Amino acid sequence: MATRQTQFLARSLLTPAVGLLFIWMIVPLALTLYFSTLHYSLLDPGSEAFIGLENFRYFLTDPAFLASLQNTLVLVGSVLALTILLGIPLALLLDQPVIGRNFVRLMVIAPFFVMPTVSALVWKNLLMHPVSGLFAWLAKLVGLTPVDWFNDVPLFSVILIVAWQWLPFATLILLTALQSLDEEQKEAAEMDGASAVSTFIYITLPHLARPITVVILIETIFLLTVFAEIYVTTGGGPGLSTTNIAFLIYAQALIQFDVGSASAGGLVAVVIANIVAFFLVRIVGRNLEA
Amino acid sequence: MGQITLQGVQKSFGPVHIIKGADLDIADGSFVVFVGPSGCGKTTLLRLIAGLEDVSGGKILIDGKNVVDTPPAKRGLSMVFQSYALYPHMSVRGNIGFGLKMAGLAKDEINRKVEAAAATLNLSPYLDRKPRELSGGQRQRVAIGRAIVREPKAFLFDEPLSNLDAALRVQMRIEVTRLQKQLGTTAIYVTHDQVEAMTMADKIVVLNGGKIEQYGSPLELYERPANLFVAGFIGSPKMNFVTGELALQKGAATIGVRPEHLKIERDGGGGWQGTIAVAEHLGSDTFLYVDAGPLGMLTARYIGELSLHAGDRVSLVPDPQRIHRFDDGGNALRG
Repeated sequence: MATRQTQFLARSLLTPAVGLLFIWMIVPLALTLYFSTLHYSLLDPGSEAFIGLENFRYFLTDPAFLASLQNTLVLVGSVLALTILLGIPLALLLDQPVIGRNFVRLMVIAPFFVMPTVSALVWKNLLMHPVSGLFAWLAKLVGLTPVDWFNDVPLFSVILIVAWQWLPFATLILLTALQSLDEEQKEAAEMDGASAVSTFIYITLPHLARPITVVILIETIFLLTVFAEIYVTTGGGPGLSTTNIAFLIYAQALIQFDVGSASAGGLVAVVIANIVAFFLVRIVGRNLEA
Repeated sequence: MGQITLQGVQKSFGPVHIIKGADLDIADGSFVVFVGPSGCGKTTLLRLIAGLEDVSGGKILIDGKNVVDTPPAKRGLSMVFQSYALYPHMSVRGNIGFGLKMAGLAKDEINRKVEAAAATLNLSPYLDRKPRELSGGQRQRVAIGRAIVREPKAFLFDEPLSNLDAALRVQMRIEVTRLQKQLGTTAIYVTHDQVEAMTMADKIVVLNGGKIEQYGSPLELYERPANLFVAGFIGSPKMNFVTGELALQKGAATIGVRPEHLKIERDGGGGWQGTIAVAEHLGSDTFLYVDAGPLGMLTARYIGELSLHAGDRVSLVPDPQRIHRFDDGGNALRG
């Protein structure tokens, strides 16, 4: 098929799109790189000057950096664990033939379509509010002191909200994988005398290894940059207890108006994302090899 | 021991009756083939025996014990699936040994049995490979290995060769038959391919529309089909059926003659006149499809090469000893 002519045609037709995409990516990256070497404060216009790697030194030695790095990793790890550990049983349940299965599936998927800001507001004001929230009401009903979620357990609260948003995604991916599990394999296991638990451990779970990998990789990409939920609920606080890397960069740029330091932070975030990706692919990526 | 008896076994899915009462006696050590067209219920019947489906009525006795309420694993049967249903993430060793592992056998005992089974099936070099690294025939053998390693009372085969190419199918057919004879274990084998049925079976069960049409040895079915369906289903090319005046002369509603029992003579002889529509020359055989006017299309088979071609006129003389007669209901008339 690929004669020289069609190859040339394909390349020339692809060129504009590829070129546009390239420029689209390279311009912001180049600008960020450039800004990260400048003293560039929005409060002090006109004072831009080249300061080398000073911004990086400032960002990396900021005590807030290590705290937010830790928060980021805890947030990512906890949400991943919650969504997968809850997603597998949920997917197994939804795979059962029950009346109204399609409706139930739709309801389970629903949280994924709610905007992060909206869901964060709902959780903050309707569910977790220490005075008027549903959880507070429930606690009072059984005679307990309501929990002031965002003050007492701020990071855990954010984790809950984000996990609630991503649980449908994990469930959906795992459910489709379950449906592709060969029925004859389960029957063969049944003939081999495997109990329901053994079938799950030896047949279903290995079958889910690949979709679980996909869930981990995709969720990690998005969870490293969680922002709206934190911005809406805790604003990174109290103190630094819910500040992650994304929120720290935002704070540098638009609270302290330090564009140079924020740019350096952005680049650090890119490096961290790559490190995480490297280890992820090492740990779980081999499941993707056919 | 593996003697299996079905007594009035029925199965319906909602209002649809798939199996309408099957009675069958399968002797220990025999090779029984269920054969029939798609949708005749042969696979369902096998799954009922396996316990993968619950019966709607009747009894299934294995060695005299009713097993309809026994879970599949406890029936002492093992099954080879059409898709092989190998566990893709386990090695060949893991696949074959899975049933033993579930039964709680010691590791070294599992290994010993797995290696013995693998040796029987020439799988020893592949024990540590994954199913995806094997060819179709090897996968098939792993599936069989998984069945024999448990030393079951009977093997159940669900169209196991239908995913293989023609040459491999013939080879595996012979291997399966030889293995079954060597182990002396009862086998029930489902297929839609009547050549497989004829070549492998000690006894054939012909199923149609959820009913057992006939149960007997391959040659019994060939020589004395119980009804029109069996007569048409067993034998290739199909038996010729003639109705009308000619049949009435013989005192039957329909008469049937197999293509190999029609003597082919040049035009002008006795018998049934016709024009050759298609002539197939296979070297070993010659098949003639003859347009015999009011009698319809007739098929004739000649062993060896016959230099007749489309358009030639021939007359076909049926062997009087080999004419099958059927009544109005399609049942065979004897005597």
